[in-house]
Amino acid sequence: MAESPRLLLKGTDERDLTRLDEYRAIGGYDALEKARGMEPAAVVEEILTSNLRGRGGAFFPTGRKASFLAQGIRYLVVNADESEPGTFKDREIMFSTPHRLIEGCLITAHAINSEHVFIYIRGEYLREFEILRDALDQVRTEGLMRGVTIVLHRGAGAYICGEESALLESLEGKRGQPRSRPPYPAVSGLYAAPTLINNVETISTVPVIIDIGGAEFAKLGVPPNSTGTRVVSISGNVANGGNYEVPHGITLRELIYDLGGGIPGGRKLKAVIPGGSSVPVLTADQIDTPYDADSMTAAGSMMGSGAIIVIDERACMVQLGLRVAQFYMHESCGKCTPCREGTRWMVQLLHKIEAGDAEQSELDLLLDVCDRILGKCLCPLGDAAAMPVASYIDKFRAEFQAHVDHGGCPFGGESSLDRVFAPVDQHTHHPTVEVPA
Amino acid sequence: MRATTFQKKVDELRAQYPDPHSAVLPALRLAQKEHGGWLPSSAFVEVGDALDLTPAYCKAVASFYDMFHLAPVGKHLVEVCTNISCALVGAQSVLEAFEGELGIKAGETTDDGEVTLRAVECFGGCGWGTVVAVDHRYREPVRAEDVSAIVEEVRRG
Repeated sequence: MAESPRLLLKGTDERDLTRLDEYRAIGGYDALEKARGMEPAAVVEEILTSNLRGRGGAFFPTGRKASFLAQGIRYLVVNADESEPGTFKDREIMFSTPHRLIEGCLITAHAINSEHVFIYIRGEYLREFEILRDALDQVRTEGLMRGVTIVLHRGAGAYICGEESALLESLEGKRGQPRSRPPYPAVSGLYAAPTLINNVETISTVPVIIDIGGAEFAKLGVPPNSTGTRVVSISGNVANGGNYEVPHGITLRELIYDLGGGIPGGRKLKAVIPGGSSVPVLTADQIDTPYDADSMTAAGSMMGSGAIIVIDERACMVQLGLRVAQFYMHESCGKCTPCREGTRWMVQLLHKIEAGDAEQSELDLLLDVCDRILGKCLCPLGDAAAMPVASYIDKFRAEFQAHVDHGGCPFGGESSLDRVFAPVDQHTHHPTVEVPA
Repeated sequence: MRATTFQKKVDELRAQYPDPHSAVLPALRLAQKEHGGWLPSSAFVEVGDALDLTPAYCKAVASFYDMFHLAPVGKHLVEVCTNISCALVGAQSVLEAFEGELGIKAGETTDDGEVTLRAVECFGGCGWGTVVAVDHRYREPVRAEDVSAIVEEVRRG
């Protein structure tokens, strides 16, 4: 197995890095000092040289995004609204090494000549909010801010606010509905000002790049497209679920069987979701694929948010598709018709297939609905529902067919996902408590 | 008196932002806390007054977000993640165990107004499932056999 370097998560096993002095002891904030001694453009140049790409899911070159910024008052916004099912690595960074994120914010603010930083953290991450708030207090006391303000802004429970333009709407005090682009945030973002918006892991990688140099960073992983390390979240049917910092290029087999400890009970692997619930599924015979952008694309999927969900042989793929579709239906903001209506149709059709009530033609209708969502909305949420479900039908067609042929679920109540329940199934509008007079 | 104190707190919140409208979410969160965990109509008037917005605007914003409650909730909130990573490792059984112990279905509140049980979407603790939040504090992992002890603890207050 490839050696697992710890760059972002360095020292987290040995020290309490929520403390500034402990973070200092492993060289923390040295990169900030180094960066502040450089011209802002030179810092951006280092990031460009590193070929760091966005760790939120889109994998867009970070340095290029930073170099697009229009003139004027500029904002740096950190996307800490981690909500893609299967993903919990930003949370790990925030609770185990919050100063690395803050250092990344201060370096990036210097690089783009910004004095205003906002960290939009999902509302559910209460402990992480408290840890970051305390870490920020320490940094302010130490006088490291140098005129930069960092505002911690808590979300309030909406997956869509992880989408950058919805996040900006939410940060402006509105419903979190995506914007039409162009203009992109680099030109017109927060308060219509030029805005750089990056994921927690991306920003937390910036101090590493300044520390070791962009050219050195670019040698790690699988150059030229997938440089550096990645914090991956492993979950589902594995012995040792958790977050692991790995170099790009490690295989899915190593991730599942070495780091993840394999599948409990000696069960067989059925499928792997390699990048969060929105990406196409891979089958058990594809796990020797290296975990890098080009290899994942060639295999028909993507690294997405770095979330690897392991599925053993007990899972019914129709139930999985239904639960994924229910999630995206719940989270659809309702702005674009294909997503708002399409996710609902997907759920209805998947319910029928699972119950054994579907006609043969409805399998193809489901694929047709997916096709009518893909690429037809302002943001990728609809795609995030359509892509995985279409891939389940594509890769496990026989299992879907068996539901139609046999008039019900072939697992006969023995699927690991049997009785799968979604928040959309609950009755939320019938308060049972008397309103106090 | 509360209105004055509330205004003062909202003023502190809005001072953090270049545009005061950004304080809508934090102000709604504050109002929800002051109203016992949910947002009655009067809360939207208070938030609106404090930020020069209409109550309807504030309600429209609040209704978009899962963590704002437009109807009363119990004194304690038990939330069970049932998204795919947790579902693969038995979230269904955990949720059903809570339903059994509390005598209510997901989405309901106990008759004594003590506990609201909800199934929720991904909490971001996928490798440590099933994730359950009790009054917004995560418990990871929770198994069906842990549920009666958690319910007892919650009921003790």
